[in-house]
Amino acid sequence: MTIPAVVSATDLSLTFHTSDGPVTALSDVTLDIKKGEFVSFIGPSGCGKTTFLRAIADLERPTSGSIEVNGQTPGNARKDRAYGYVFQAAALYPWRTIEKNVALPLEIMGYSKALKAERIARTLALVNLEGFEKKYPWQLSGGMQQRASIARALAFDADLLLMDEPFGALDEIVRDHLNSELLKLWKETQKTICFVTHSIPEAVYLSTKIVVMSPRPGRVTDIIESSLPAERPLDIRETPEFLAIAARVREGLRAGHSYEE
Amino acid sequence: MRGRSDLLPILTVLAGLLVLWYLGAIGLNGPVQNDMYRRADVVGVPFTQFVADTWNQQRPVLPTPHQVFAELWNTTALVAPTVPRSLLFHAWVTLSATLAGFVLGSGLGILLAVMIVHSEAMNRSLMPWIVASQTIPILALAPLIVVIGFNVFTGTFGVPTDPARFISKAIISAYLSFFPVTVGMVKGLRSPEDIQLDLMRTYNASAAQVFWKLRWPSALPFLFTSMKVGVAASLVGAIVGEMPTGAVSGLGARLLNGSYYGQTTQIWSALIMASILAAVLVVAVGLVERLVYVRMGARPA
Repeated sequence: MTIPAVVSATDLSLTFHTSDGPVTALSDVTLDIKKGEFVSFIGPSGCGKTTFLRAIADLERPTSGSIEVNGQTPGNARKDRAYGYVFQAAALYPWRTIEKNVALPLEIMGYSKALKAERIARTLALVNLEGFEKKYPWQLSGGMQQRASIARALAFDADLLLMDEPFGALDEIVRDHLNSELLKLWKETQKTICFVTHSIPEAVYLSTKIVVMSPRPGRVTDIIESSLPAERPLDIRETPEFLAIAARVREGLRAGHSYEE
Repeated sequence: MRGRSDLLPILTVLAGLLVLWYLGAIGLNGPVQNDMYRRADVVGVPFTQFVADTWNQQRPVLPTPHQVFAELWNTTALVAPTVPRSLLFHAWVTLSATLAGFVLGSGLGILLAVMIVHSEAMNRSLMPWIVASQTIPILALAPLIVVIGFNVFTGTFGVPTDPARFISKAIISAYLSFFPVTVGMVKGLRSPEDIQLDLMRTYNASAAQVFWKLRWPSALPFLFTSMKVGVAASLVGAIVGEMPTGAVSGLGARLLNGSYYGQTTQIWSALIMASILAAVLVVAVGLVERLVYVRMGARPA
């Protein structure tokens, strides 16, 4: 039995028309993401990793090639509320309490009051924010705000979670902590996660599959299936397997000439 | 305490202004006072007497603060607020038109902003007219609105004269106050960041949901700022609206009457009443703003 593909891209290209002329953000990307995978996209700025995530989310329109999400067009998948999206910034509404922020998608999707309360309690527990329901965003640290935004993306229980450098603005200690929490959350919820990052250790630590990308034009240079065990304590990052994968990622990045310009 | 440290500079400036005012009164009222002495054949008036006389003339060029406040006191506290001799009566006539115009103007301003933000065609077609509307001096336009409006309301619609005058003034008020509200709200409704709009898109939210859950709350700080400007402009509009057409009541009419009959004290007391009204209105908008912010969970300043 084959595991169904959640995201399936074939020869996907996307060109932005800017005042400086066209910019090829994605060039012939072919990639399958299977159900339950944790896929990281890594590469320098301008390699199209965020653009690819936004194409999945129907926030950008591809110029050519095809992309399917759950076997349908990204537009229809979006209308089906097939995914939750976590942005680089928490983007919580300052005038809403944490629980009201998590309730935002549920209000829009017309959940009943009881179901809303149940979902809020469950997702806030998943991200360890119990007891902060009535707080406003400014009363929380940056890491807690980002956790609240993850809870918001999980609230309506979409099977696909798209995360665009969610921990990029946080310091390393908080980031380590949130990484191990995210792994735990992924195991508990069995979701498919697409995760954009700049950090090699973060990508290797989290992923079952690492997609290495390079810029000008944005393209995939290597796809690495991780051999790390499912159980990953933080100190797995000192093991030889981990370092070997990290080395291969670095190799892939270098092959894209991304650091020589 | 913040309140106390604010008070000293304010009082210092106030004291300085009072000194200047009294000095100015000597200079401006002096020539008339000398004339009066000459006509009455009074000579050798001591300087202190001269100063005291310039400060207490019947029809001074520049009335002194104590004269103005005596007039204020006499026309507010000592007469019933229902008679035309009361300044409160006139203040209410102006205030009611101001409030009506402000509500009308703010509503119109918000409506225009909503249309402009949601439609590029509206943005292109309305915005130049809105800006152009404010380049016409209101003093040129007010008599037009008052005269035409008054005639249309009393003639075509059969409205009695007083309500017709009230509506005309409210229209001028609205004309002045809608502009800052429109401009502020357009900016406010466009203030949500791209990722907040993207977030709504990922939820497949409708335009109405984006408006009520994101654009409207984001725009509130802009709304209150522009309403503070708008409410002051409304008051100016109502007063200007009282100047043409021989209106007999309202602060504008008081100002005009005062200048016809050389009643400078009356002019000044009407001016001070107008500035008190403006301050009260701006403070009132500020209070509503504070209440709304508290309900929206704003970080205490």
